[in-house]
Amino acid sequence: MADQLIFDKIKEKFSDEILDSYEFRGDKVVCLKKDNVLEIMEFLNTDSDLHFDFLADLTAIDYLEYSEPQPERFAVVYQLYSHEFKYELTIKVYIPEEDLHLDSVYSIWKTADWLERETYEMFGIHFRHHPNLKKLLLPEDFKGFPERKDFPVKGIGYRENFPIYSRPFDNNYLRKEED
Amino acid sequence: MGLESNLNTDGGGFMVTTVDSVVNWARKSSLWPMPFGTACCAIEMMATYASRYDLARFGAERMSFSPRQADLLLIGGRVPIKMMPVLQKIYEQMSEPKWVISIGACASSGGLFDTYSMIQGVDQFIPVDVYVPGCPPRPENFIDAFMKIQKLVENDSVKNYKKPKNNSFNKLWQTN
Ligand code: SF4
Repeated sequence: MADQLIFDKIKEKFSDEILDSYEFRGDKVVCLKKDNVLEIMEFLNTDSDLHFDFLADLTAIDYLEYSEPQPERFAVVYQLYSHEFKYELTIKVYIPEEDLHLDSVYSIWKTADWLERETYEMFGIHFRHHPNLKKLLLPEDFKGFPERKDFPVKGIGYRENFPIYSRPFDNNYLRKEED
Repeated sequence: MGLESNLNTDGGGFMVTTVDSVVNWARKSSLWPMPFGTACCAIEMMATYASRYDLARFGAERMSFSPRQADLLLIGGRVPIKMMPVLQKIYEQMSEPKWVISIGACASSGGLFDTYSMIQGVDQFIPVDVYVPGCPPRPENFIDAFMKIQKLVENDSVKNYKKPKNNSFNKLWQTN
């Protein structure tokens, strides 16, 4: 019942923005177009029947070489929770590889700050109007986006590129036979 | 037991030794370790320090959390790419003579973390004296490594520390 309410509420207001909506093993998922995400999120947050006041998680998915065809290569996923009504909702926003831009939801949920920074450094997705969009975990001069499927697991050379320190003093004694 | 047992007890008496043996004896029985624990192996390192295994028996009573006063670097745990510059700086800051133990598979070879963010063995970038295998190693292994270091110190000579080979040690002061 509650599931239907959530779907109906969004559909009523933003019917052209919805690509798909389904329920999978109890998880309610709504797939959205990328242009008006901020507006819809604001609605979900402020509407008195939904009141999704908590952004539990924000991450992205790379669908490169995924077994089932997907509309676009990347999807940004929002996990929302409503403390008032105990609703859970997953929002999926597909974004094409050529234009990796999306509006930041920092203005609604402050917790999006670090989550968006992490998504930015790991997938290279830019969040417009984010107050401080720079790398969170990786070194600042790191090249590449490690959580993309086409990034080699062993990296592209960063871990091998450190200065090599030798002993400042002669250490021939180390080669002596022990005992 | 110690050196003093060689002294004649009925007054007077002297003994002859070499500078090397006195200095090495003092050094090996009072190693000050600098713990660099970044993951699970550090827990085992702490266990070795605790009362059951008690590394103080080997003269390493005091953990030196300042690299300036330490002469043994204990690297316990995996070292990510962001931590390597820190580790190198700590190694540089330690005063000579200094020794390094790499504890566990991760510090020695990257272990099972063969990924973009993990250093595949700290010995690629700083010199390591003794490796301790295991994931994590038992405290006994660690004590064995510690005694190997003591053996290295014993075989050392003060003559080895006459002139610096390169001035990487001084670089730290110039750049800061
Ligand atoms: S070697 Fe094993 S115990 Fe030690 S840091 Fe690596 S994973 Fe942890």
